[in-house]
Amino acid sequence: MEAQIKVKRFNPENGAKPFFQDYSIDVSEDSTILDGLIKIREEQDGTLALRCSCRASICGSCSMKVNGSAKLVCKTRIKEVSPQGETVTVEPMSNFPVIKDLVTEMDSFWSKVKSIDPYVKTNFEPEAEHIASNESMTHLLGVMNCIMCGACVSECTALEVDSTFTGPAALAKAYRFVADPRDEDKKERLGKLNESSGVWDCSRCLACVEVCPKDVAPMERIVKMRDLAIEEGYTNTSGFRHTESFSDSIKKHGRLDETRLALESTGLLNISGLIDLAVIGIKSLFKGKIPPPLPHKPKEADKVTNIAKRLDSEESEE
Amino acid sequence: MKFAFYPGCVARGAAPELYKSTMLVVDKLGIELEEIEKAACTGAGVLQEKNQKLGDVLNIRTLALAEQMGLSIMTICSTCQGVISQANHRVVKDPEYLAEINKELEKEGLHYSGKTEVKHLLWILLEDIGIKSLQDMFNIDLSSFNFAPFYGCYLIRPSDALGITENPKRKHSLDIVIESTGASATDYAGKTRCCGFPILLINQKNSLKMVAKHTGDAKDEGADAMVTPCPLCHLNLDGYQAKARRQNNRGKADLPILHLPQLIGMAMGLDAKELGINKHLVSTANFIKSIKTKVS
Repeated sequence: MEAQIKVKRFNPENGAKPFFQDYSIDVSEDSTILDGLIKIREEQDGTLALRCSCRASICGSCSMKVNGSAKLVCKTRIKEVSPQGETVTVEPMSNFPVIKDLVTEMDSFWSKVKSIDPYVKTNFEPEAEHIASNESMTHLLGVMNCIMCGACVSECTALEVDSTFTGPAALAKAYRFVADPRDEDKKERLGKLNESSGVWDCSRCLACVEVCPKDVAPMERIVKMRDLAIEEGYTNTSGFRHTESFSDSIKKHGRLDETRLALESTGLLNISGLIDLAVIGIKSLFKGKIPPPLPHKPKEADKVTNIAKRLDSEESEE
Repeated sequence: MKFAFYPGCVARGAAPELYKSTMLVVDKLGIELEEIEKAACTGAGVLQEKNQKLGDVLNIRTLALAEQMGLSIMTICSTCQGVISQANHRVVKDPEYLAEINKELEKEGLHYSGKTEVKHLLWILLEDIGIKSLQDMFNIDLSSFNFAPFYGCYLIRPSDALGITENPKRKHSLDIVIESTGASATDYAGKTRCCGFPILLINQKNSLKMVAKHTGDAKDEGADAMVTPCPLCHLNLDGYQAKARRQNNRGKADLPILHLPQLIGMAMGLDAKELGINKHLVSTANFIKSIKTKVS
């Protein structure tokens, strides 16, 4: 079959701006996008730069943006993204500097992974292999599937506006050690992750969960670490206050007390933050939008609050 | 056509114009709504961070209440839709977990079979009303307008929980509905990104960078207004647009942000003020004027 592939080209050496180039190639029905790109490079345009290795979605080298979202091109068939022969657009990953064409520079990716100390830390020198039971490690199987392809980083909406954010891949890796039964540095790790650029800066947009080719679900790990950090006593963050106030409101009223949530998350001692809220509040008042002074409650709200009390105590027992 | 209605906290609180415009529009669409009065807040993913099971029980309870009413659910908030869908997805693929939650619900005489459908108004327009019938109800030509869609993360991700594989049009639903009014849907990178609301009270600087980027980019691409099916996105994109644009050197707050039913109501010829289009913090005066002049 004939495939139309539009590739974003960029060569810093010739000083030209990035541009799109169209290719038309003959491929088989089950060809992957990587097959197509390699064919273009071998038969039509030897200057096309791309990175790949295993061709079996194990090495994590060939992450690129396909029709706008990051994918391993060796795992994605052309037919899958172009069922009616539509043009397939291939671009380098976002949130990475581009070296040439589809090849991105991974230095910041690796330095962020290194920043979370990606190894088990113990207080003693193990004399032999430091073994954990199978049962105590099964919860880590998902996160250990990560092949460091960078797809989640490419898609991360928080990194898009703040390159200092640790990001989904490194944070998922951090969880892999925070939750390792052998690791003895959990509290210190969580303390560091609780600081700015850490777990609370994730916008919970689910983009990393959606694009991960290995179902690592980085965002779920990040959210889990927020809870673990709170359990370890790291409570001096607006993130903690926000989660706490939100949960309390539902437990007390069954629904959200927006006014209280805004005040408590901001922090009652954060004067500039409170002034900021007041400005929005006053503007809303002028538009005839009066924030409800009392939290709205569902009918028979006690049914909800009883469930909340029961499950809350159940969780704290665990 | 009748649905169990789950308006969500924001439509009852900070965005009353969403509630009102929804009521006006469903009336025209011939949709009858019965509010699930006993339903709790979905937890918006925040409660779930602390106690996922509690979040799941409350959302499955909402689905069970609708089951008792014998109705599918209609939502008007991307976040509510997403969070209920995620809970539903978890129990449907794990019958043991569902049984565990049902045990909790039995104390209240409720039971969930796993079959309640929950749909955002946007999907109902597309799948239950149908674009053709919807267009028959429009009597204002909006073809000279350009509207930027802004979906809200939880209405498009994760695709498995939202049934996007089975209903691929949901991925483009807002573009389709905007175009059905005759208007153009602005093409810009931000439409499926994060509005920044979830981190507004945690990292305001980053949150406002998102607002400035999306509203600024949409404006640069020629948008007259932005349309969103998510009142949480609306709170940030509208409420904080002035500060965000100023802080990030993206000019003045000049992009009105409309709720989805306000767009539909406008196309139906309903009065802009009745729809509450004048209730937004970013001024809509010029926009309302331009509807009147361009359309007449």
